[in-house]
This record gives sequence, structure tokens and C-alpha cells, in this order.
Amino acid sequence: MADEEDIVLSELSDDELVLQMHDDLYDGLKEEIEEGTEILLARGWVPYKVLTEALVEGMRVVGEDFRDGILFVPEVLLSANAMKAGMFILRPLLAATGAPKQGTMVIGTVKGDIHDIGKNLVGMMMEGAGFEVIDLGINNPVEDYLAAIEEHKPEILGMSALLTTTMPYMKVVIDTLKEKGIRDDLIVLVGGAPLNEEFGSAIGADAYCRDAAVAVETARELVNRKHNQMATA
Amino acid sequence: MTTNMEQRPPEQSTEKLRIIACGALAREVLSLIENLPHIELTCLPAILHNSPEKIPDAVDKAIIKARHDGIERVYVAYADCGTSGTLDKVCEEHGVERIAGPHCFSFYFGNDDFIARDEDDIYTFFLTDFLARQFRAFVIEPLGLDKHPELRDMYFGSYKKLVYLVQNEDPALDQMAEEAARFLDLEYERRVTGYGDLSSAIKGLA
Repeated sequence: MADEEDIVLSELSDDELVLQMHDDLYDGLKEEIEEGTEILLARGWVPYKVLTEALVEGMRVVGEDFRDGILFVPEVLLSANAMKAGMFILRPLLAATGAPKQGTMVIGTVKGDIHDIGKNLVGMMMEGAGFEVIDLGINNPVEDYLAAIEEHKPEILGMSALLTTTMPYMKVVIDTLKEKGIRDDLIVLVGGAPLNEEFGSAIGADAYCRDAAVAVETARELVNRKHNQMATA
Repeated sequence: MTTNMEQRPPEQSTEKLRIIACGALAREVLSLIENLPHIELTCLPAILHNSPEKIPDAVDKAIIKARHDGIERVYVAYADCGTSGTLDKVCEEHGVERIAGPHCFSFYFGNDDFIARDEDDIYTFFLTDFLARQFRAFVIEPLGLDKHPELRDMYFGSYKKLVYLVQNEDPALDQMAEEAARFLDLEYERRVTGYGDLSSAIKGLA
């Protein structure tokens, strides 16, 4: 028998359930997020609405509190795990129901670096924001980026590094894009703990993104700007 | 024929010098300055290691305090430690040197050897004596692995090996380092480095 204090998700109204899912995401409760996602789908919510209103909005709060020093990396990872579980249910349904697409991003950690926590968070939030994300994983030489750009024709290239010894490799990639004459076809976003805006502009990136939420905002803004430029060209 | 002047050992400076060091290097620096009474040590909390953006400001304050205490010669025993050159800017502003290298484990390793190491080493998580001793306080707890061991592979899933860089032979530390490798589910290797470039850097101050 359920404890009096236990919340039965299926008994909540839609609005209450969405708010409860925001709380559950904040607390990193993976099973509750899976259950909430299934309930909303069973009630006829389209997958895109579940994704944006229940999951992405919940993660937005997590991201803000991380930025403000209220949450720390372990809590963010637990929240991300919970969101991933919800997205695992939604991903095939999103494709089948023709959810709006914002664009495509190729993302990877640069050569010599195997750190991927930040990159994975960015990838997840970008996917949540409606971008198709091609994740190249870790330790990527420039050839990997070029091959993925050739194959997937992304609007955005994202590069991540955690080490001061590996972050200069981002410039190698950007310089190679210039040599190949494809630099201006792409929006290049860079991120990672030791980076800053100064470094991002020095290597010729379009923007440095300090966290996943900023990466999503920046990507949206720059993609829209590019579309507008193309429309008026 | 050699002159008396030539037979004399090089003169040692006796001007007071303060080393501002990461707390993680305290034991090693203390042992290196044991017979150098004109050199004193001030350590900053080793836990700054987990938030490197705070290191430059902390070092800046420590240098200002040293000068306020009347000590002109200051040396910073920090590697870059993830500060992306901002620690170097602080050192430059004060006209102070720091030990070369990107990380403490690189100067223990020997910075030249660290740069020239095998590509496979990028999959390596390094422990020093300090980190072997403080693995729980500096790795397990700050990463939340004591409460959420399920996060382990999100942090360490890409690593293949834990290499314990031994500064001082101590079977108890060997055991702690091996336990750390087991906890992270990584292959274990032990390499004796001694103090590496730290030793020559501190001796060069004498």
C-alpha cells in the first residue's frame, strides 16, 4: 500500500504532472520521468509537447541552478540521466510524428581529449531543442570532423575540450575548414571548462558557450540569423 | 691549476623566499626545503584543484600578502592546473615565476616526457601520492560517487587505466592506489617518478 505522502503520478492532472516531472528531473528520478512520459503520451500528448514542456523546461531550471552554483555536477548528471531515459522513449516517436527540426549539429571532443560530460550535456539539450545531433564521441582528429561534415551537411559544428593541452586543437580544425573553403558554411561553437570568450574569438569560432543552455540559445540565434541572411541575400 | 674561487660551491642566496604552493604539494615541497632555512612555504587549500577558476585569485592574494609581509622573492608551486593561462597572467603581473607544466602529474612525470608520452596515455587517469591518499575526499565525494556510484561510468567510462605516479615508496599508498583503480574499474599501473621536475625547480631556487 502506498504511503500517504507518496504522489501517484497517474492521478495528477496534466499541469500538475508536468510540474511534478520538473521536480523529478531536478531530483534526478529516472523511473519517475519514464513513468510521467508514458502517462502524458497515453493521455494523447504529442511527443514534441512532452519533450519541450515536461523535459526540456525541467532541464532548463537544472541548467540555471547549475550556472548559479545551486546545483553541482553530480546533481546535473543525475538530472541528465533522467532526461535521457525520457528521451529514449520519445526519440522514435518524435521522428515518426514529424517534430519540427531546427537543424543539424556535428559535435565531438577534440583529438587527445577523452572528456565528454559537457559535450554529452550539450548534445542532449540540443536534441531536446529540436536539433539532430551527430555525436562523434571523444578524441577526434580533424579528419573525423571533415568526414561528418561531408556526410551530414550540418549547420553547426561543436567542439569540446577539457584540457588546456588539447584546446588549441580546435584552431587546427577551424584552420582546416578555412583551407577547405567551408568555414563560412558552418556555425562553429566551442566549449569546455578551460575555455573562455577570448579564446573562442582568437581561434575563429563563432561563439564560446559556457554551458549547455547557452549552447542551445546561441545555436538557435545563429541559425535564425543565418536563415534570415540567406532569405535576404 | 684551479683557484680557490673555482673550488667553492656556487653561492646560495640567503634572501628570504616564500613558496606559494598547492596544498597537494605540501609534503613534497617541505621535504625539498628541509635544509634551506631562508625558504618558507605557504600552502593554499588543495581542494582548489577541483575548481581551478579560483586558483589565480587565491594565488594573487597570497602574493600580495607575501609582499605585505616584506617578502619580495616569491615562487609559485602550481602548474597551469586548468587555469588556461590566467595563473600565468597573475604571475607576470607580480613578476613571479611558477613551476612549468600543465598539471602536477606532468611535472612529476617530467614535463618533456609527459608531452612525448604514448597516445594511449590519453586514456589514463593519473594519481599522485596526494591523490592516492586523498582519493575519497578529492575524487569520490566531490563527484558524488559515494552517494551515486551509478555515475562512475559517466565520469570515467572513457578511461582505460589508472597510473599511480609514485613520489615516495609507501606500501600503504600502493594499496590505496590499487583500491582506487578497482573502484573506478580501471586497469592498474604503478610508475615510480620521484619528484620529477619539482625537485629541480625547488633546488634551483636555493
